[in-house]
Amino acid sequence: MEQIRAAELTPSFDEMNGFGQGIREPYAAVSEWLNSTRIEELRKKSAEAELLFRRTGITFAVYGDAESAERLIPFDMIPRIIAAAEWRRLTAGIEQRVKALNAFMYDIYHRQEIIKAGRIPAELVIQNSAFVPEMIGVEPALGIYAHIIGIDLVRTSENEFYVLEDNTRTPSGVSYMLENRETMMHMFPHLFAENRVAPVETYPDNLRKTLESVAPERLQSDPVIAVLTPGLYNSAYFEHAFLADQMGVELVEAPDLVVMDGVLNMKTTQGLTRVDVLYRRVDDDFLDPLTFNPDSVLGVPGLFDVYRAGNVTIVNAPGTGIADDKAIYSYIPEIIEFYMGRPPILKNVPTYNCRKPDALRYVLDNMQELVVKEVHGSGGYGMLVGPSATRDEVEAFRTRVKARPENYIAQPTLALSTCPTLVEEGIAPRHLDLRPFVLIGDEVRLVPGGLTRVALRKGSLVVNSSQGGGTKDTWVLQD
Amino acid sequence: MLGRTANDLFWLSRYVERAENMARLIEAGYRIALLPRVGEDGKQEWASTLESAGCAEQYHARHGTLDTRSVVDFLLFDVSNPSSIHACIDTARRNARAQRTALTREMWESINGSWLEFQSLRPDTLRSDALPRILDWIKERSAAYRGAMLNTILRNDTFFFSQLGTFLERADNTARILDVKYYVLLPSTTMIGSGVDNVQWEAILRSVSAHRSYRWVYKDSYRSWRIADYLILNRAMPRSLRACYSEIDKALDDLSSLYGEQKPCLATAKQILSILDKEDIDAIFQSGLHEFLLDFIARNNRGAHEISEAYHFSS
Repeated sequence: MEQIRAAELTPSFDEMNGFGQGIREPYAAVSEWLNSTRIEELRKKSAEAELLFRRTGITFAVYGDAESAERLIPFDMIPRIIAAAEWRRLTAGIEQRVKALNAFMYDIYHRQEIIKAGRIPAELVIQNSAFVPEMIGVEPALGIYAHIIGIDLVRTSENEFYVLEDNTRTPSGVSYMLENRETMMHMFPHLFAENRVAPVETYPDNLRKTLESVAPERLQSDPVIAVLTPGLYNSAYFEHAFLADQMGVELVEAPDLVVMDGVLNMKTTQGLTRVDVLYRRVDDDFLDPLTFNPDSVLGVPGLFDVYRAGNVTIVNAPGTGIADDKAIYSYIPEIIEFYMGRPPILKNVPTYNCRKPDALRYVLDNMQELVVKEVHGSGGYGMLVGPSATRDEVEAFRTRVKARPENYIAQPTLALSTCPTLVEEGIAPRHLDLRPFVLIGDEVRLVPGGLTRVALRKGSLVVNSSQGGGTKDTWVLQD
Repeated sequence: MLGRTANDLFWLSRYVERAENMARLIEAGYRIALLPRVGEDGKQEWASTLESAGCAEQYHARHGTLDTRSVVDFLLFDVSNPSSIHACIDTARRNARAQRTALTREMWESINGSWLEFQSLRPDTLRSDALPRILDWIKERSAAYRGAMLNTILRNDTFFFSQLGTFLERADNTARILDVKYYVLLPSTTMIGSGVDNVQWEAILRSVSAHRSYRWVYKDSYRSWRIADYLILNRAMPRSLRACYSEIDKALDDLSSLYGEQKPCLATAKQILSILDKEDIDAIFQSGLHEFLLDFIARNNRGAHEISEAYHFSS
């Protein structure tokens, strides 16, 4: 999200008011509620919600271990609402996308047809640091690599949604989707009586079904599932514990696991118990020190061998980072066409790959209106936000792009949609995005909803919680 | 269940119980310190409180004098003292957070709520009259946690390990209180019925919240052997060694049948139980109260160690 922090160029589409032509239909009841509720009442409720979150311990840790560093992600009570028809369109697009991403991963870790067909440059894949050579030839259960994907969507007008990013490694935030709904139903039951909001609480059950469906094949009994967390001080620890609890499976840390006789075991009160499916919330680097990161003392030695032999399923598979790599991103429309035989339903943000001469020319000519990023940069480093940069900064970047064009991509600055949000000055529009969570196993499962992140600072386009972003309950209405 | 989970649940219960016991100890000590008497006696009382709490050495390493304020601060708020109430609540909450999946929502919210509220206390601004209120609050929160547990937890290994933690800690605590004060219970060293004894005896009973129930059970004024009998052998008294061991024995029996295997810790517990059943208080006094208590504390510790071995607490 950081690439589009620029000042607003055009007026933004508002989820409740559109471009100012009156209240949009899905928001009719909520708008009435807001009009009939005093702002003090809303603030009181807001404080109540915060207390609720604290008591339940829905916190995210800020790194550095003092327990006092547990923070709450601000929760805004005004929901983000999606109409049934809008959601149907998104669903079709998301399904198509996640199937294509998995087909792409199967291909590049096997025959590499897409490279042979010349649709994507070989070096972009092979020399990519997110490509994991150890995965070549591995046969994951059902051929699935990314079982849980969080797709970041932004909206710019009534009918325009863009995919900003596909999170195919270990996407987080789903616990907020669930707890935000719990909190809203607890505090405003009448809103749910007045609106036909599709339920999201089937997510843990769907997750469990998905994980069971990708268990190693030769199992006689019900598969044993475990959630692997880096531990108490990880920023998403609450979510790890939450999901394990909701599914009724063990929450393990690497020291609880041991490889013995070619299978993965956890150390229980009765000795060792075999684990069949490991939903890991640790990075590839911390999975197996023998295979991935010899310097690491973390991880489970020998885990990758068990995985290769098909005796445990790792979710998501190692090496899925290749599918959400920035350099690959601009090829996703082609990837979808190649594997699905149809044009993509959901749009990518137009991306100019400066390696292509046409694109390079356009980028150099329009730099002050674009967001220019280094392909392997992240966290806002090595990037230029044209509209808010000085002349000198633009010129300096122009020189760098000219020198190594293949190292840069550029995107237009998007005017993200806004939604009314309770802030200090009252109820005011704030920019937001949307992350639905897709599950891919024996079937594709998508709960109607997702995590809506909102930038609480006026005009800001940065929704990340580490940058002071908040969350909202996300409603998908039923017909 | 993971071995680590069993370990955390066991210690979570132990620390909740320890916080509560500490509150009772402070309460009993504070009461005596308030009595009008010579200064040295007050110091003596705090010395034995620290002894019972098992942290006399640490206290003397950091404080020169035995004054009420320093002792109370050390036992209540000092996080560098691992047995202080503050440290107990911190550890209990950390264990609870590590095992959120094993706790019910009610248990978690109870312990997390206590922790949040304790965080907001500012020891330096507390007036002395706030102390009884804080100690009451701690006992109340401990009771609330156990209540939440008893009302909501599944009767499986989660429950059994929690019970073991609570009652091993409680047995240890009762035995240490008695041992620190055993000399005031010995008939030979005191003038029976003297005022000093009564105060001391009442302090012992108060530190296990038994000063009122004693009257109901024995219908008599305090007698040292009856106090010892009450705290060691009485089955009805919920903090007696005997009562603790019926709970420990039951939890270990349940664990053995759940897992289909008997471990050495079960035999140890049964042995302790049979000692408590066979003994009568006269025999204990005759062969030495102090020796009896030392032996009990050692056996109790061995039992705890055997449990952690048998169920792979750390692997």
